[in-house]
Amino acid sequence: MKNISCSGNKGKTVRSDCFITLEIDSCKGIEFSLESKVGVMYGKKIENLVREILEFYSIKNAKIIIEDSGALDFVIAARTEAAVKLILNEEKEFLPDFNPANSYSTARDINRFSRLYLPGNNPSLMLNAGVHKPHGIILDLEDAVAFDRKYEARFLVRNALCAVNFYGAERMVRINQIPAGIEDLKYVVPHNPNLIIVPKCESAKDIQIVNENIDALKKKHKITSEIWLMPIIESALGVVKSYEIASAAPNIVAMAIGLEDYTADIGTQRTQEGTESLFARCQIVNSCRAAGIQPIDSVFSDVADLAGLEINVKKSKALGFEGMGCIHPRQIKIIHDYYAPADDEIKKAKKIVLAFDDAQAKGLGVISLGSKMIDPPVVKRALNTIVSAVKTGKLNQNWKEAENV
Amino acid sequence: MSEKFVKNALGRLVPETVNGKPQIPFKGIGKFKPAGRKYAPPISSCADYPADGDKRGADLKDALIKSGLKDGCVISTHHHFRNGDLIAGQIFDIAHELGVKNLVWVPSASFECHAPLIRYLEDGTIHHIEGSMNGSLGRFTSQGKMKGTGILRSHGGRYQAIQDGEIVIDITVIAAPTADFFGNATGDRGAAACGLLGFALADSQYAHKVIVVTDNLVPFPCIPWQIHGNYVDHVVVTDKVGIPEKIISGTTEITKSPDRLLLAELTTKFCDSAGIIRDGFSFQAGAGGTALSIGIYFAEILKERGFKARFVRGGSNKYLVKMLEEGLTDYILDGQTFDLDGVRSMRENPGHVNTSPFTSYNYHGKGNFASFVDVVILGATEVDVNFNANVVTHSDGVLLHGIGGWQNCLFSKCTILPIPLFRDRMPVIRDQVTTLCGPGELIDVIVTERGIAINPLRTDLIEKTRNSQLPFRTISELRDEAEAICGVPDKPEFTNNPVAVIKWVDGTLIDTVWQIKM
Repeated sequence: MKNISCSGNKGKTVRSDCFITLEIDSCKGIEFSLESKVGVMYGKKIENLVREILEFYSIKNAKIIIEDSGALDFVIAARTEAAVKLILNEEKEFLPDFNPANSYSTARDINRFSRLYLPGNNPSLMLNAGVHKPHGIILDLEDAVAFDRKYEARFLVRNALCAVNFYGAERMVRINQIPAGIEDLKYVVPHNPNLIIVPKCESAKDIQIVNENIDALKKKHKITSEIWLMPIIESALGVVKSYEIASAAPNIVAMAIGLEDYTADIGTQRTQEGTESLFARCQIVNSCRAAGIQPIDSVFSDVADLAGLEINVKKSKALGFEGMGCIHPRQIKIIHDYYAPADDEIKKAKKIVLAFDDAQAKGLGVISLGSKMIDPPVVKRALNTIVSAVKTGKLNQNWKEAENV
Repeated sequence: MSEKFVKNALGRLVPETVNGKPQIPFKGIGKFKPAGRKYAPPISSCADYPADGDKRGADLKDALIKSGLKDGCVISTHHHFRNGDLIAGQIFDIAHELGVKNLVWVPSASFECHAPLIRYLEDGTIHHIEGSMNGSLGRFTSQGKMKGTGILRSHGGRYQAIQDGEIVIDITVIAAPTADFFGNATGDRGAAACGLLGFALADSQYAHKVIVVTDNLVPFPCIPWQIHGNYVDHVVVTDKVGIPEKIISGTTEITKSPDRLLLAELTTKFCDSAGIIRDGFSFQAGAGGTALSIGIYFAEILKERGFKARFVRGGSNKYLVKMLEEGLTDYILDGQTFDLDGVRSMRENPGHVNTSPFTSYNYHGKGNFASFVDVVILGATEVDVNFNANVVTHSDGVLLHGIGGWQNCLFSKCTILPIPLFRDRMPVIRDQVTTLCGPGELIDVIVTERGIAINPLRTDLIEKTRNSQLPFRTISELRDEAEAICGVPDKPEFTNNPVAVIKWVDGTLIDTVWQIKM
């Protein structure tokens, strides 16, 4: 029977985390040892917290070594609980206080231009993520976490959902591929995630299973707020089934494409040009629109190439996507700037909508702008542009009054 | 220790005497004006110096002995070689060899390469250090192991202290990248080129004995004569005065950290909205990653709008040189050169000007340049809710850095500190700073990634930026947020033993550094 465990991270480049070595034995009480650069300021607090957790799990005799590099309480607690549960078979959870600032919900159709991936086992990136104002943050339990760390990452993500303030960004969690991801849900659903990302989705059945489990957890924890879903299509089969998946449940608000895995699946490489994935991307856009949800594009992985990112965003928007994944805060501004309607687009749209209103008021069936006739689809596009412009704050809700002065 | 302490005008406890000398507690900004005259070294006679101008001696040991090295001497050095200095250590090796004790070392700053001097502090060769105590020397001092009390001064304060006779230097050793046999010396050329020698200016003018050590002797005259040979007693030619790769350790690259870039962006937006960036303005930004990025953002704005800065103060580096050479600034007024571009530019560009702590920073003079810079960007380890700031210790109370030009720069027209709200769980915004280095009334704006706090005294800045849509918060709100995220920190435990004092720009005592309880 194993009685020694480790969890967390340490090392020269590690910040805001800690490494815990726990050995549960049978006598001598609790032997506590702390090595920390903030020992003077937080040493007592850290010791009290860890002792409290050991007490919570009725551990009376143990040796615990903490090598700390400035971890906040929610991280220390997550690492300690993981270390305990790697040894003992315990169900109860040591939850941090839920930060009241984290109890917000998000609407179905908010702008989802940028969603910033945060590796679920790396606390330092979580702390300031919200400051950069992405539309969404993703606490990732899937590809950004090494296989042998997925267990401890669950505690960290759960605690982060409670304790870290993301300043209004949509709180998303990417669970592991179904069926492994079902276990992740237990750590996530009770703590107000706004949206759950279901990776490598290949059928409506995946969505059904996820929703069944979410509903059961919501019932158990008496949660009434909505939890949205965003499936990611990452394979040839997923692309084929994309409409079925997109329309599988009413709480699906967006669907994304994951191009790294997709191109591997079809046996080719991802290129800057993107010709190899054109079909898949168009298919996703089409399926999303048919199902009335937001089509979301894949990440642009060259963080240093901001010029390339700009081109990519423009192409992506031209295909019909409404947002993309984001792996570095420096990408956020460009993504927001170029998915938002452009200034001249807005200008044109305003003219068209006013002409439309004018024609309606006069009871005219045909709308004209100067010498040009404006077809209904053009009007619809213009109206969509206006909605988007208002949502991104580029246009005042009451712009019409300003125009009619 | 039968030390007596008094509370100064900022409520900080400071000793009445330090190393046996009576002190004046900080009285307020501009409140202490000394009567009396500047200090002057004894009059010399050419009769005592080589008529042919050749002051070369055998070696450094010879020069030190001839200069009268003995117990209790005050020895000074400069830090233009930063972590590549080879000379300061040699001085004390020689002193130790000769059995000399209780020397006072007055470096313009110390670096980690001086850590080996700890053994001379332990064995009494060195009694105490006046200047800065960084890294290992800092920790040693905080543990109370130095025989005397350390004194930390700003660059301007060091000049002031030497000029006023607060420090009387017996022997100064000026390591020079290039010199002639008469003692004229320059920093702008040679294998160990460091740009300029401004930190040694006061030493050359006021020390009783001046030794120039060089590894690049040129035939007379050595032009430019940044140090006048007419002040110099002895010239020593040696193999190597410094390690070039560590002298010019390269400018910090522009920060890649998204958090620091955000600080740089917010700071730039603030300056823009306050109308600070205009044609003909001046600024100074430090050498850290954030400050560097701010300098670059300023340059971009100047370019976009067809503006030109009148001057930028440095720490010069390749980015400032680029600005000068692209015509975005008329002048670089340089106090310390950080890279090869800076050194080259100082040699080649007439607009790249050599300045010293006398012209830039000295408070007991008829004005100084730092006070009329339009905006200065500085750092801090801690800031409190009264905008007081700390640069020499972290929140654990251990000495870490020197003051540098930081205190002197606070007098600029707008002093901005872009700092993270917390660093590795240590809140940067506190109730009270652990060590007070700069009074809040001179610190105008704190920029954190979670909000900008303008000092309430600056109603003009508040008015100008009111409609800018920048995230303004009160400093107390920022402190609250830092503590909410990190937890309220415990304070370090100190003894009643002062291990060092912090001098203000006018020589008064602004705070004390206490021995940490082990």
